[in-house]
Amino acid sequence: MPDQDPSKTAPPTGLPAWMGGARPATVMAAVPGRRRKDSAVQKTIEGIAAALKTSVFSEKIASRPGLLQKMDPRAKAVSLLGLLVAAALVRQPLILLGLYAVTTAAAGASRISLKFFLKRVWLFIPVFAGLIVLPSIFNVVKAGDPLLTIWNFGHEVRLGPWSLGTSIAITKQGLTGAAILVLRVAVSVSLAVLLALTTRWSDLLKALRVLFVPRVFILILSMTYRYIFLLLDLAAEMFTARRSRMVGPSSPREDRHFAAASIGTLLGKSHALSEEVYAAMVSRGYDGEPLSLRRFHMRGPDWLLALAAAAAAAAAIGADRLLG
Amino acid sequence: MTANAFEVKSVSYHYEDAAGLDGVSLTVAAGEKVALLGANGSGKSTMLKILDGLILPNEGTVAAFGEKLTEETLNDEGFSKAFRRRVGFVFQNPEAQLFSSSVWEEIAFGPLHLGLEHDEIITRVEDTMHILGINHLKDRPPYHLSGGEKKKVALASVLAINPEVLLLDEPSAGLDPKTEDFLIHLISDLNRAGKTVITATQDLGIVPQIASRAIVLGEDHRLSGAGPAGEVLGDEELLRLANLVHYHAHEHDGLRHYHPHSHVEEHDHH
Repeated sequence: MPDQDPSKTAPPTGLPAWMGGARPATVMAAVPGRRRKDSAVQKTIEGIAAALKTSVFSEKIASRPGLLQKMDPRAKAVSLLGLLVAAALVRQPLILLGLYAVTTAAAGASRISLKFFLKRVWLFIPVFAGLIVLPSIFNVVKAGDPLLTIWNFGHEVRLGPWSLGTSIAITKQGLTGAAILVLRVAVSVSLAVLLALTTRWSDLLKALRVLFVPRVFILILSMTYRYIFLLLDLAAEMFTARRSRMVGPSSPREDRHFAAASIGTLLGKSHALSEEVYAAMVSRGYDGEPLSLRRFHMRGPDWLLALAAAAAAAAAIGADRLLG
Repeated sequence: MTANAFEVKSVSYHYEDAAGLDGVSLTVAAGEKVALLGANGSGKSTMLKILDGLILPNEGTVAAFGEKLTEETLNDEGFSKAFRRRVGFVFQNPEAQLFSSSVWEEIAFGPLHLGLEHDEIITRVEDTMHILGINHLKDRPPYHLSGGEKKKVALASVLAINPEVLLLDEPSAGLDPKTEDFLIHLISDLNRAGKTVITATQDLGIVPQIASRAIVLGEDHRLSGAGPAGEVLGDEELLRLANLVHYHAHEHDGLRHYHPHSHVEEHDHH
């Protein structure tokens, strides 16, 4: 086609007049403007998607030749359960510290980098345990021997029917209680993370089935796992598509509004997708029973692990009773 | 034993807000290769899902290998396992079909859940990967693959089951020409090996190679026509009514004229 002045080119039949022709060249020329920064919402969604892809779904650690990876998933699950019970019953910080040390050592023996493991566990604890336990370390909430006085009123302060005492202080009892709770959560989370990291997802589900977890529960878990990734990808794509149609930065308010609208869309899509994924599974013979090609064999080391875990749990509870 | 793979009688299916199929009857003989043609939304995918027993028709009956597909028969573990072994379905959207953590496990999923022996599963997975040339992908997570690779893995995951009947939903959509060509040859080979192949498509260009018979679904969700693939492709009125061809403007010596245009054969347009 010969070159023509775009402004004189009539659009082909059927297209509205404004759709034809090329733009004047100046539009594309560099125009100084503000640089666009990714919004917090978008960063969060992309971050979650990337983290899930690399950490949860790749099963890289589960395929490493480490100590726990070699163990029968059932032995691992039972051991975890025993140690969890011990962590829940123990009240001495020292014994909890001991349990934590054992867990961390097991992570090391399973070729999990210490930095990665600690990050995984301690990232959640300030949010889930720290915030809940924080008020209880002050004498205002729970009476006790003051360790560190933060504010001295000099006289008794009353708030309606409540007395705040003469000072605000961190108490010894409060601090011990908080330390025990945080440690307990740390041990529990570490144990769960350890099991999840060193076991393939399909094996883990199969092990849960052996431990009498109801089939419907396992079905829901496996479905969630299977399409959560697709949904995150979809959400990230929706943000990218929106960005490609946007000029200039968007305000956090607009971002939040868009996020809220996206949640509605995603809910609809997730419903359609879950039906499709389920149909594809059924079509290939899935009937709710998780199967894995790996055959489970309880060998010597597996029994040893289960026994060692049981002994450790019993020792921890026994020592706790003796000390307490 | 019956010679028919499927017998569909006056089947209607309604979605909540739209019709899917309206009084469609068709028969597919064992060993046949059939194309299911129709425009977007004409009910091709719905028909495949009904043939695979994934949804049950609101009206009418569907039988596979002489046995009726009903809620009762499909809930019967023995029947359902046997049926799933005999019928394989490759979904249009490979994303829905790829849910395992590695390509290897994805392909093993079907044979494993259909109760094949451990060693047999390993042989089948390795052989299927070899046929499709995807050995190098075996440890990769399926969602990290390219579009064409995903489609191949989805096909492999069904071929490993070695079903007698293959239901393919838009298998050529989104494939590059080389992969499409490979797929067409594979479908022909599978059919020659005795498999019944039912392909839903609107890509008329591939029909002569993948089907000897064509069934056309109209935009009214009813059966518009059926017959030998060559005849159906030659019936321009039928194809135009089913919205499978469109009128295309041609210029010959400066004169513009219109004639129906299907993509059966490539020819130059000016």
